[in-house]
Amino acid sequence: MAGSKEQLFTPEIRAEIDQWIAKYPAEWKQSAVMAALRIVQDANGGWLSRELMDDVAGYLEMAPIAVYEVATFYSMYELKPVGKHKICVCTNVSCMINGSDNIVGHLEKKLGVALGGTTSDGKFTLKEVECLGACGGAPMMQIGKQYYENLTPEIVDSILDRLE
Amino acid sequence: MPGSPKAKLETVAYHLNGSAINARPGETILESAARHGVEIPHLCHKPGLRPDGNCRACLVEIEGERVLAIACCRRPTPGMAVRSDSERARRSQRLVLELLRSDVSGTPQDSANELGQWCQRLAIAKPRFPEGPQPPADLSHPAIAVRLDACIQCTRCLRACREIQVNDVIGYAHRGAASRIVFDLDALLRTSSCVGCGECVQACPTSALAPAGASRFAAPEKAVDSLCPYCGVGCQLRLQVKDNRILRVEGRAGPANQGRLCIKGRFGFDYVQHRERLTRPLVRRDGVAKTPNPDFTADLRRVFREATWEEAMQRAAAGFRDISERHGPHSLAGFGSAKGSNEEAYLFQKLIRTGFHSNNVDHCTRLCHASSVAALMQMIGSGAVSNPVADVRKAEVILVIGSNTTENHPVAASFMKNAAHAGKTLIVMDPRRTALARHADYFLQFRPDTDVAMLNGMMQTLIEEDLTNDEFIASRTTGFAALKAHLAAFPAERVAPICGISARTLRQVARVYAGSRGSMIFWGMGISQHVHGTDNARCLINLALLTGQIGRPGSGLHPLRGQNNVQGASDAGLIPMVFPDYQRVDEPEARRRFESLWGAPLDARPGLTVVEIMHAIGDADATDRIRGMYIMGENPAMSDPNLPHARHALSRLDHLVVQDIFPTETVFYADVVLPASAFPEKTGSFTNTDRRVQLGRQALAPPGEARADLEILVDMARHLGLDWQYAHPRAVFEEMRRAMPSMAGITWERLEREGSVTYPCRREGDPGEEVLFGEVFPTADGKGHFAAAPFSRAAELPDAEFPWILITGRRLEHWHTGAMTRRSRVLDAIQPAPTVDLHPTDLDRLAAGTGDPLRIRSRRGEVVAYARADPGMQPGQVHLPFCYREAAANLLTIDALDPDGKIPEFKFCAVRIEPA
Ligand code: SF4
Ligand code: SF4
Ligand code: FES
Ligand code: FES
Repeated sequence: MAGSKEQLFTPEIRAEIDQWIAKYPAEWKQSAVMAALRIVQDANGGWLSRELMDDVAGYLEMAPIAVYEVATFYSMYELKPVGKHKICVCTNVSCMINGSDNIVGHLEKKLGVALGGTTSDGKFTLKEVECLGACGGAPMMQIGKQYYENLTPEIVDSILDRLE
Repeated sequence: MPGSPKAKLETVAYHLNGSAINARPGETILESAARHGVEIPHLCHKPGLRPDGNCRACLVEIEGERVLAIACCRRPTPGMAVRSDSERARRSQRLVLELLRSDVSGTPQDSANELGQWCQRLAIAKPRFPEGPQPPADLSHPAIAVRLDACIQCTRCLRACREIQVNDVIGYAHRGAASRIVFDLDALLRTSSCVGCGECVQACPTSALAPAGASRFAAPEKAVDSLCPYCGVGCQLRLQVKDNRILRVEGRAGPANQGRLCIKGRFGFDYVQHRERLTRPLVRRDGVAKTPNPDFTADLRRVFREATWEEAMQRAAAGFRDISERHGPHSLAGFGSAKGSNEEAYLFQKLIRTGFHSNNVDHCTRLCHASSVAALMQMIGSGAVSNPVADVRKAEVILVIGSNTTENHPVAASFMKNAAHAGKTLIVMDPRRTALARHADYFLQFRPDTDVAMLNGMMQTLIEEDLTNDEFIASRTTGFAALKAHLAAFPAERVAPICGISARTLRQVARVYAGSRGSMIFWGMGISQHVHGTDNARCLINLALLTGQIGRPGSGLHPLRGQNNVQGASDAGLIPMVFPDYQRVDEPEARRRFESLWGAPLDARPGLTVVEIMHAIGDADATDRIRGMYIMGENPAMSDPNLPHARHALSRLDHLVVQDIFPTETVFYADVVLPASAFPEKTGSFTNTDRRVQLGRQALAPPGEARADLEILVDMARHLGLDWQYAHPRAVFEEMRRAMPSMAGITWERLEREGSVTYPCRREGDPGEEVLFGEVFPTADGKGHFAAAPFSRAAELPDAEFPWILITGRRLEHWHTGAMTRRSRVLDAIQPAPTVDLHPTDLDRLAAGTGDPLRIRSRRGEVVAYARADPGMQPGQVHLPFCYREAAANLLTIDALDPDGKIPEFKFCAVRIEPA
């Protein structure tokens, strides 16, 4: 990739990633990989194409495969286009004990898609995620940057109804 | 938990299972135990791979510690008491193995399965745990079968792929119970970026990754230690043989490959039993005339009839004798082969010199590094490399120019990539952005044909900025003043617009090269195959002499040799101007020595080179028109430049004898065809690019009536009236030692014992010199001689009619003219058809897409090949591999020669392209 970094991303995105790179020692650029993936994912309508991951690899001087490993490990990265609203339901221990199965079942029925699916109008994507650190409010879900806790099917309905 | 640096330096005495043992400095418990014959179960550990400690099969109990430790990562400390056989350790090892067994489906059946072996040894029967869901098999790849239902996720393949070969294809994806091995983004192996080196197959303990085909579980009859037949890296390998067939190939820990192989060496051996093997001698049928453009796909039996060996040999020899009597010895010539052994090369040139009585003997070295050798001989008195590839470990800076190393010398490239990742500075200079560039600190994609200007610019920078090694220049070189005056015309700012690299970068790279404690230069055909190839190489040598970057470990010059034995064949005298060991034929003293050794008068006139011989066939008026040829294992009807002319010439020969294993294109011009032996069917010594003399050992019997080449040569000599007695290659080697002082110290027994000895090795017992020129250069005055290189252009520049630049080259999977690799099922399945690389914008310009046929035309010929988009090309250039008979790149190339090296300009000519 040597010599062609200026051709990757927009200047704004580069500046944002550079801020993250600056937080680490110079020879550990790849430490910024998670932030970089998040930044380019946000700028790409919420998902990562292979080309984008390759560009991140080139920018951080990593092997592309090492970037793919990160992107497939964390549930926050999307490798396919997602709906306008991404509903992330936690099904980890605390949430499971407090009835996350019920919430998932309700959402699947309401939206007519299985976990991982996107509604045909492209409005919602339903996702199962690991513990989001809100166990005290289990069961919970995250939509966009917002957490919703102590869910019941009724509360879920009212939340979704409010979304554009 | 690696020990502290201090602990690394000392032997550690500790107790293992009650016995006192010593661990060598740095050794883990597992390694020291193995050395003392104590076996601790292990699966994710493999010697040569970074310890990862993920499988937990190697648990041991350490006295005084609460938890068990993993023996593969833990280093003992003095007095430590370790038990691998205690009740607690054993119980845990068995539980781990049982859990791993439940990860895989069925019972491991192949004898090489390490999981099966350990389960057997620790008496683990059917696991108590249920098997989980298993991924389907991926059998998409012609060479490698993927059955992840046998995978235990030890990541040995991943470390092999990413840390040894640095191909970065295998990943460990997903999380928790869903984690698994993937290729790229979970692609099928065939469509992934895999290059098929098979390092993962060699690493896998469970055959989850295994050679494709049924040979997976077959038990071999014997294992034969031999060499790879393909490139100059000289990888050592082991052939697993059954029923006169090779089942599998494994890398051996040779000095040049450390157990690694590439796709050709590991999977490209099945050509040996291809149905087209020549198995009976053939003679041309009466009335079948030779034409310049025969149908190469025609049935061989229409052109030739089978003959007995006796008839074939008599015809072959009678034809030569007849021409010689009527037209004199200079009307005959021979092409030997850089694929044959040292002994074959030696006997071939001896046959031409003492049987044909001329020096008209050459081989494909002429087409690869003749110019490099010319420059090296002129300037430092020796044509071989100064340091082995392995020296990248000792270098600080590695400069690679004009070499697509990852495709042409893949295992050498893996060591370069390792070095780059270990923090060495890698500089790659090439008109094409090849795979190595991704690992480079500096990549200079310069304009084709401008090497001299660019390199002179770098040198002028060193002079301007006072970065030359003045002490070295004063004590070890001559001619500096003239070079300095010459370089004054090449300031970086002036050459920048010529070569397309900014002056800043040129200066920076020059400083990095000059300023390091050890810099190595590697180069390939991109340097040598130009009409100014010798000048290109002169620049590189000047650069090394200016900076004193030669003569020390990790500091030197390495022209990467192409064929597996091009170094050895050249050393053995398969060159028209020199006898073995580069003793000039026109030097009376040398001639007298060989006349007395061989007991025959020798010609004082240097012979003709490859392309000159082709010209001398066509030239009807020449007094020394070549009328008869003996070609052993070469394929000039594919490998020579300007093929329309070369093929025309071949068709005009009165008498052509071809000795080969396949009906190559050249065979179609023959009068007599002698069926020879393939690499694994004979024994001989071979010299790799590092000057390592290594032994290839016979593993198979030749098919049908095919014979070992050495036997054929001896027989031919007898038919020409020479009294030759060589019962075994060993006898030839003994004679070579007497003819070649630089190899005199190497005995056949030592080769058999050690497998590899580096020359120069002048006296028996000498270790062999890996690094040359530490004190003096082997020139008359012992000095290195600077040689100014003027900037000149290619013989044929693009113009309005032929506006594109054609660069010929190779594909990873195919070797040279494809005679072997296109007959290997695996290799040809991966690269089955001629493809031509263009920059994507050029494809758009032609309104063509990947896979579309394109017609490429030069002033000499035309071919049709399928388009492939390659963003690593520069717009205006095309790259065409020359291994495809159906689109022979050399129909297009120009036969203009470098005046010193007599090498043709394969890397540059003008072509026109249009959709076909
Ligand atoms: S494929 Fe083989 S080497 Fe790779 S992780 Fe699985 S068992 Fe280990
Ligand atoms: S690198 Fe060369 S010698 Fe080694 S396996 Fe590949 S082709 Fe054979
Ligand atoms: S388990 Fe759901 S937020 Fe922690
Ligand atoms: S061999 Fe020690 S953890 Fe795998």
